[in-house]
Amino acid sequence: MIPLLGLIGGVLVGLLWGPDVPVALQPYLPIAVIAALDAVFGAVRAVLDGIFNDKVFVVSFLANVVVAAFIVFLGDQLGVGSQLSTGVVVVLGVRIFSNVASIRRHLFKA
Amino acid sequence: MNTDRPDPTGSSWGTLLRMARPRATRANAFAALLAIVLGFAIATQVQQTNQSGLEQLREDELVRILDDVSQEQDRLASDTRELETSRDKLISGVDSSSEALKSAQERLDTLGILTGTSPATGPGIVITINDRDHKITAARLLDALQELRDAGAEAVQIGDVRVVADTWFADVDGAIQIGGERVSEPYVIKAIGDSATMASAMEIPGGVSETVRGDGAQASVRQTNEVAITALHSLSEPRYARPVPAPSP
Repeated sequence: MIPLLGLIGGVLVGLLWGPDVPVALQPYLPIAVIAALDAVFGAVRAVLDGIFNDKVFVVSFLANVVVAAFIVFLGDQLGVGSQLSTGVVVVLGVRIFSNVASIRRHLFKA
Repeated sequence: MNTDRPDPTGSSWGTLLRMARPRATRANAFAALLAIVLGFAIATQVQQTNQSGLEQLREDELVRILDDVSQEQDRLASDTRELETSRDKLISGVDSSSEALKSAQERLDTLGILTGTSPATGPGIVITINDRDHKITAARLLDALQELRDAGAEAVQIGDVRVVADTWFADVDGAIQIGGERVSEPYVIKAIGDSATMASAMEIPGGVSETVRGDGAQASVRQTNEVAITALHSLSEPRYARPVPAPSP
């Protein structure tokens, strides 16, 4: 419950404050958000599987974000930033879909 | 939570609710913090995407936009050139048509004086011939006219008759007819031109004045700065003569 409230509170803060994303972070923030969402859905699935672990969640969250940002950074350095960004988004999107499918089966048995 | 043997759906929802319950562990606080950061990042990124202009676009998109703008600029520049050209044409057209109107007006004035359809005024002389005994013949007046034209007369009027190219002189029943009109004594000849030249042409030995005196009449010549020739000659359409078309340049 607290993380959900935190999510809503963060959205509200972002909407009300509305800061500009620093130019250096602009390529990485969208990917980082997708990676974090992947971690969140993975955590919910782990809860339903009964294997949730707070520490694992925090570490996977941070690792996901850092790795995703690093991949995009590497892609930018190699000159394939946009393609690699697309690839990361596809991979994370597939993971999110599979996590959501697992959650759905747990909650709705369907 | 529920019973020992919960229905499967209830079990899953229960697990979720149990986990969602606040727990004062450090990891849970971390999770909450990460959730806040995630929500903040999502909102920020969404706003950034909404308000982003060109800086969010990739290089190829920027190149495409630049191409579009360049083409639009070229098109507008050529439009501008066309419009300027037609504007210049219109302006010069106004100029040339007013120029043509002016020269046509000048030509009309010149032709009006030559053909006697316009009144004329200017410096010149007035010759008055008193001929009570009717000694003067039409030939004498024609001589006087020739002398005046020789001296540069530009417009001539004898009595009430404007003298032009097709004016003729005749003696009819002891009177003088000029262009079909009877002209009675005294004969007043008005001529516009260089007054001194015309006056000396009249007065030279053997000239008009002397000849008229020899005929037994008196002629007086008066120079003036303002001779008004008001008699008009009405033009008639030529019946036989046709202009030769000018060769095209």
